[in-house]
Amino acid sequence: MEDIIIKVKDTIAQLNEEEKLDIDFPDSYIEDLAKAYIKNDLTDDELTELIRKLKQAYDRAHVEAGEAVGTVAAQSVGEPGTQMTMRTFHYAGVTELNVTLGLPRLIEIVDARKEIATPTMDIYFDEERRNDEEFVRTLANQIGKSTINDILSDFNLNYGTMEVEAVLDNKKIEEKRLDREKINAAIEKAFKKVDINGDEIVISSSKDSKSDSKFVIRELRLLADKVRDLQISGIKGIGKVIIRRDDEWIIHTEGSNLKEILDMEGIDHVRTTTNNIHEIGEVLGIEAARQSIINEAQNTLSEQGLSVDVRHIMLVADIMTSEGVVKSIGRHGISGEKSSVLARAAFEETGKHLLRASIRGEVDDLTGIIENIIIGQPIPLGTGSVGVKMDYKNE
Amino acid sequence: MLSDIKKPVLNEKKAFYYFGFKTVVPFSEVEKAIKALKNVASDELAKTVNDHAENIESYFDNDDLKNDETLSVKFNRGEPRKSWASYKDDFPEINLAELIENEESEDAIEVVEKEAADEIDVIEEADIEPVVEEKPEVKEPVVKNSHPKTKIYINGELLGSCEDPVNFTQQMREKRRNGEVSHEMNITYYEDNNEIYIFNDPGRARRPLIIVKDGVPLLKEEHLNKVANGKLKWDDLINNGLIEYLDAEEEENSYISMSLAEINEDHTHLEIDPATMLGICAGIIPFSDHNSSPRNTMEAGMTKQALGLYVSNYALRTDTRAHLLHHPQTPIVKTRIIDSTNYDLRPSGQNFVVALMSYEGYNMEDAMVINKGALERGLARSSFFRAYDTSEKRYAGGQVDKFEVPDKNIKGYRSEEAYRNLDDDGVVNPESYVESGDVLIGKTSPPRFLEEDFGTVADRRRETSVTVRHGEKGIVDAVLLSETVEGSRLAKIRVRDTRQPEFGDKFASRHGQKGVVGLILSPEDIPFTEFGVVPDLIVNPHAIPSRMSIGQVLEMVAGKAGCLEGERVDATPFNQTLEDEIKQQLIDNGFESAGCESLYSGVTGERIDAEIFVGVAYYQKLHHMTTDKVYARSRGPVQVLTRQPTEGRAREGGLRFGEMERDCLIAHGAALTLKERLLDESDKYEAIVCENCGMLAVYDKHKNKKYCPICGDVETYPVEISYAFKLLLDELKSLCIFPKLVLGDKA
Repeated sequence: MEDIIIKVKDTIAQLNEEEKLDIDFPDSYIEDLAKAYIKNDLTDDELTELIRKLKQAYDRAHVEAGEAVGTVAAQSVGEPGTQMTMRTFHYAGVTELNVTLGLPRLIEIVDARKEIATPTMDIYFDEERRNDEEFVRTLANQIGKSTINDILSDFNLNYGTMEVEAVLDNKKIEEKRLDREKINAAIEKAFKKVDINGDEIVISSSKDSKSDSKFVIRELRLLADKVRDLQISGIKGIGKVIIRRDDEWIIHTEGSNLKEILDMEGIDHVRTTTNNIHEIGEVLGIEAARQSIINEAQNTLSEQGLSVDVRHIMLVADIMTSEGVVKSIGRHGISGEKSSVLARAAFEETGKHLLRASIRGEVDDLTGIIENIIIGQPIPLGTGSVGVKMDYKNE
Repeated sequence: MLSDIKKPVLNEKKAFYYFGFKTVVPFSEVEKAIKALKNVASDELAKTVNDHAENIESYFDNDDLKNDETLSVKFNRGEPRKSWASYKDDFPEINLAELIENEESEDAIEVVEKEAADEIDVIEEADIEPVVEEKPEVKEPVVKNSHPKTKIYINGELLGSCEDPVNFTQQMREKRRNGEVSHEMNITYYEDNNEIYIFNDPGRARRPLIIVKDGVPLLKEEHLNKVANGKLKWDDLINNGLIEYLDAEEEENSYISMSLAEINEDHTHLEIDPATMLGICAGIIPFSDHNSSPRNTMEAGMTKQALGLYVSNYALRTDTRAHLLHHPQTPIVKTRIIDSTNYDLRPSGQNFVVALMSYEGYNMEDAMVINKGALERGLARSSFFRAYDTSEKRYAGGQVDKFEVPDKNIKGYRSEEAYRNLDDDGVVNPESYVESGDVLIGKTSPPRFLEEDFGTVADRRRETSVTVRHGEKGIVDAVLLSETVEGSRLAKIRVRDTRQPEFGDKFASRHGQKGVVGLILSPEDIPFTEFGVVPDLIVNPHAIPSRMSIGQVLEMVAGKAGCLEGERVDATPFNQTLEDEIKQQLIDNGFESAGCESLYSGVTGERIDAEIFVGVAYYQKLHHMTTDKVYARSRGPVQVLTRQPTEGRAREGGLRFGEMERDCLIAHGAALTLKERLLDESDKYEAIVCENCGMLAVYDKHKNKKYCPICGDVETYPVEISYAFKLLLDELKSLCIFPKLVLGDKA
């Protein structure tokens, strides 16, 4: 295979040199060419011809200079967007997990919200462990939030001694694959007056019980709530987890913490993901964030039965991430940062932009589309993008 | 309260009597007091303020106080709030004072209005922050809730309460039935909010029902016989308490049986007929119980738009707009509501022979093919009347408008052509044909401002004639000359226009089946039946299944049977089924019972393979007509402010090339098309820009010179911009923002 690829590259280089074709295919194309070469058992002439044809098709597929790709992308996303209902379906197959979908989600993506409404993660496992149910369940319980309440078999308030009496359920602990030692340690760390006797735990208020006779009962109840809600395992930011098996074991989570999950043992670092674009941007970098915008937007649209060409979404994602940070489309992002005063004023907050421009003495060089529409000049796009220049050499 | 006021200390600052302080105090202390008041909880404050309002009231009752010269504040009494008593004359039907009195004697109702004050208890003074020496008295109205009384609202106003609401409402109803109280009174008891509503005001929709007592309707066979003999009238039935009108509120308290058969002991009323639940509009629909509800709703709305004989004195009227159908017919398929509303006297439609088939696609998407021969014989033809009027107004300085044929040198003189129909008196003659722009009433007005020394007054009069509206034409139907209230001459002109149906005119059956004319077809091309009947209308069958307007199908069959029998068919909803009878009638007349017939193509004469459903349906011409809506413009008027084309047909406006349309041209990269739409065909403007300062320069017409008002005589350049942009520059300048234009050569 390797040598075929080299052969294809050589042929291209040769064509470039001999016929000045200026071929610059992406690597994936060259791979495909090599595959086709092997599969169809091509001769060298046929390969040359194939490369020529591919070059033609490749050039034809190119967007021409002066094409209004942004407007077309906006229209292509906007038109199906009007058909999108405000309905939000539940996560496919998993009823317990509620995820923002449809138009609200699309708006969330394009607005580049920092705090998204329903962050979720899909956790995959590496090849050895993706079919290991025991491992997945243990990990799920490490990730998911568990409280004392989840492992109780009996819970009582003793108003005589003013103590909280809890009895732990060994079965539940085992089911959840929790470590008994760690639970005890967590309880002892959280409460001062604790008496652990096997499964039975007696906790009394840290304060002197006689001191504030008026509020003791209330305090006892507050203490009881605290005991119930004491977190004994889980990762910060993650709530409920759902374990699902399709072809392999997958964990869905409510809430997201990509960084800590990726640090864990046995995780598939390639496929594990979150729907929080900013988090991806921070943990994996801007290119990952870009891909995440594309994936999320396309999934949201296709879930509603709408198909938008990826290239439109890719353009949106490119623009949102082109400066190294995820920026929103709109007043606080792309549109608000345009260089032209008139373009900004025409969009939103007209007064603010005009006033600021006058204070700073901004100059609008009128190179954009909106500016030229305002002043009534042909727009520098499409048929308006060509001009006449003087050929100095022939002067 | 204010009566024991001490003599004010005059050298102090003025005191605030109206704040309710019993004594006159120095201003500084008042300030303190106000501060103290501010600390009182807000609702308590409200109470105090209310109390002071009462004190002010007493101010007006005390003449000594009013005449007291030393008081620094004087009040003028405003109009007191209208009390119930003042409304008495508006409601002659029921004497409320008497009513309340009656109830008082029965101890069932308490009049709260006057005793209200008694219910207000005095609370302890200590609860209020001390305010200068003597504390103001604060009263708090205390609502007694030891025994919850039912509140009684009359026409929405709380007027009293009672302790036994069930009995009270029952008694009131009895009184209404035996005539002690007007039959227009309705009373409702709402158990959950413990309130009684009594209404006797106008504007409520009410409907008659037969009263039921112990499961037996009061209206008996004997009454019906007497009505039939003319011995009893409708009013007698009401006066005798056999039938009563309920409004929407009282319906909530009643249990109405739909039919005599269903009646049981719990029922309070019996429907006279289930169809009485329908109003005038919905009642016109035959077989409406066979239609889907959206279609019935649509028809109830559309029947109001149908042309017909809207009044019988139309020839004497000058409605600004009026449509009149030329040969209105009474529907063959009718309902009892049609009978009782006298629809037959003012019908608004015609019976069409309708075939349900497609015709070359000309009736797809709710269009319809209509028979040209039928149209030429007057089917669905109507007249449109428009009245214009004006009067000879009088102005200050003894100047008046004048009806006349304007002189040629008058300001705003139209072409001679426009005045051609005017008689010597300046008003058109009846039966003359006029088109838009033609003058109907020639009129001149005095100039707006009098100037010194500028020719004779007659020369400077303005043209203010009344012309035929843009886009309309017609024949002058009537000319009326009269006088206004002020005594000046008044002229009213009615122009008539005949409207033969044309493409795009809207029609509807009585089942929400609306459509527009898609093809006007010569009768020879229309398919005909075995008997040579050519349908007036061809409607597409796709209009029926998804809309479930089965009533239309039934009407067509019933209409066909009615035609053949020479009888009208009663199709009141919720009544016995006519189906078998109609089928039999059709069979007896040699037709297929389903209403289908073999049709022969009008073009080739061949028999059409499919059986076509043909029937007679009542169709209405709706007042949405093409002639009133068609419009196009190439050039035309522009707005003064923006110099962009005006908007709307009436203003001869353009069609908006909006934001989304603009985006499409951008997406296509059609830069010059875009510029043409937005600039050349809109508000193109040649601005002159000063090279030096970048502001707009000026062209002096007299000197034929361009100069900059700031820099003086410098080089200027013409620039093609939109007038809207020029406005933007002006507006920025008015905001003290300097928009400097830096010019360069065109690329």
